[in-house]
Amino acid sequence: MSEIFGVPTQALFGQLLIGLINGAFYAVLSLGLAVIFGLLNIINFTHGAQYMMGAFCAYFLLNKLGIGYWWSLLIAPIAVGATGMLIERTMLSRLYKLDHLYGLLLTFGLALVIQGVFRNEFGSSGLPYQIPPELAGGYNLGFMFLPKYRAWVIVASLVVCLATWYVIERTKLGAYLRAATENPTLVQSFGVNVPRMITLTYGFGVGLAALAGVMAAPIYQVNPLMGADLIIVVFAVVVIGGMGSILGSVLTGFMLGVVEGLTKVFYPEASNTVIFVVMVIVLILRPAGLFGRER
Amino acid sequence: MGDINVKAGATATPAAGSALRRPAVGIAVMVALFAIAPLVGFYPVFLMKVLCFALFACAFNLLIGFGGLLSFGHAMFLGTAGYVSAHAAKEWGLPPEGAIVLGTLASALLGIVTGFITIRRQGIYFAMITLAIAQMMFFFYLQANFTHGEDGIQAVPRGRLFGFIDLASPYAMYYTVLAIFLFGFLVIYRAIHSPFGQVLQAIRENEPRAISLGYDADRYKLLAFVLSATLSGLAGATKAIVFQLASLTDVHWTMSGEVVLMVLLGGMGTIFGPVVGALVIIALENYLAPFGQWVTIITGLIFVVCVLAFRRGIVGELAAWLGRRRG
Repeated sequence: MSEIFGVPTQALFGQLLIGLINGAFYAVLSLGLAVIFGLLNIINFTHGAQYMMGAFCAYFLLNKLGIGYWWSLLIAPIAVGATGMLIERTMLSRLYKLDHLYGLLLTFGLALVIQGVFRNEFGSSGLPYQIPPELAGGYNLGFMFLPKYRAWVIVASLVVCLATWYVIERTKLGAYLRAATENPTLVQSFGVNVPRMITLTYGFGVGLAALAGVMAAPIYQVNPLMGADLIIVVFAVVVIGGMGSILGSVLTGFMLGVVEGLTKVFYPEASNTVIFVVMVIVLILRPAGLFGRER
Repeated sequence: MGDINVKAGATATPAAGSALRRPAVGIAVMVALFAIAPLVGFYPVFLMKVLCFALFACAFNLLIGFGGLLSFGHAMFLGTAGYVSAHAAKEWGLPPEGAIVLGTLASALLGIVTGFITIRRQGIYFAMITLAIAQMMFFFYLQANFTHGEDGIQAVPRGRLFGFIDLASPYAMYYTVLAIFLFGFLVIYRAIHSPFGQVLQAIRENEPRAISLGYDADRYKLLAFVLSATLSGLAGATKAIVFQLASLTDVHWTMSGEVVLMVLLGGMGTIFGPVVGALVIIALENYLAPFGQWVTIITGLIFVVCVLAFRRGIVGELAAWLGRRRG
């Protein structure tokens, strides 16, 4: 078996792959946060809970209704996104005139409620979710074994991220969205229904979190607390990337996943903290984040 | 930015009721109530928990209520001081006063370091960064040897205060904690009503203007942050000695959320709000403890209700009501 820097290549590529998988989830989740933040100016603390709801939605669809993975990819984001829009209409919309921090506090409280309810119902041990049969097995690349499902997650999240980028940066709808981010009053005076756009944007961001949850269900177990600690890491990712650009947050997500994976190989004790250490270093050198603008 | 509690701050003006109008009277009443409480049947252990968290919440309120900075990682100061003082008392055999001072200093140091990093960003970013750094500290304590991981540092000796007061007696311990709380409370009160506190509030209201008047805003905010961290540390160190335990609970992000809730519920930017908030939340946790996850759910619901309908908190609303009645 060959080695790089005294580490077996098999282990190295294995951790790199895990890093890319985690990075894919960081990317999709921080993308959702960035989209929501762009228009609502709210940091959505419920994001981790909504990611968990996506995974549970897939689990229910499979075990109660017999609906499989592929339909879950569509239904779960819509269902969870709809609950998100309800939250936006009934609660978040009352806070837009206030300091942004109230949005953070409200969504934090909602996250506690949602996670508490799910823990009451399902305890804190994980529920298994099978990999769909089409994606079972894997490819032998010679230097490593690549499970099909993991390859799918990386490709699918890349596609989702790029599609989101395309819609926001290259379409008319995206132009409205960016205009409303800059000056909502002016956009409204052109006859665009900005409040509805805000609701839909929040629903979309939440849907992205739920989509990540469905994709994560077969890899990690379906667990009421699966999003609780993850969201803090994603916050650090967002701080490192800065919220200025969509591609920036996607790139940062994948990059930090890989950094984390490599740390697991070379210095496992620091693998939990490395992203936070990177955050501190970035803050000292570039307070606005790697791709951010001061605002 | 940073106008999160303009309204709360405004209600805390002397326009309110007599206890709130003359803080000295209010403080005297509060001290008298806490001094009598254990004698009329309240459990000293429960009251000591309230006092420790009240001090923690007051220290937090200094930062959010008067500096306009929402830290979501204050548990790291509570927990760090707890670990250091527990370790010092148990492994190094320091007397309680030495252990508490050492723990407090450790949090002050951590406050200086994290303050330098976090003060560069404001608002939401500040909250996210403090949360992330606190999570980093959590993993550090989870893996470090001296904290004993999930077990925590158990059976910390209370020892003898100044060599002759045996803190094993619940009453001796209780009045010591009350004295420590009062010390911290008065330091905060003094800080708020000093020129430093006034400048801090000016920065909260309008930072560019304060800067244009020649105030070094970052330095004032850093000072407030370090002071808040230090007093949070004092609360954590005392808590570790009282409960003879330092554990991961105190550095977890749920603890950071809890102190935000205490201050939000009691009233941000009010003097007595954090004390009331701590009392209510600790009492609630005490009674709901047998119901498991319901504590989390109800905590979350209180958050939601406070933010949507009750942003001034208990003391803030009370002051506003008294102010209206007076016309």
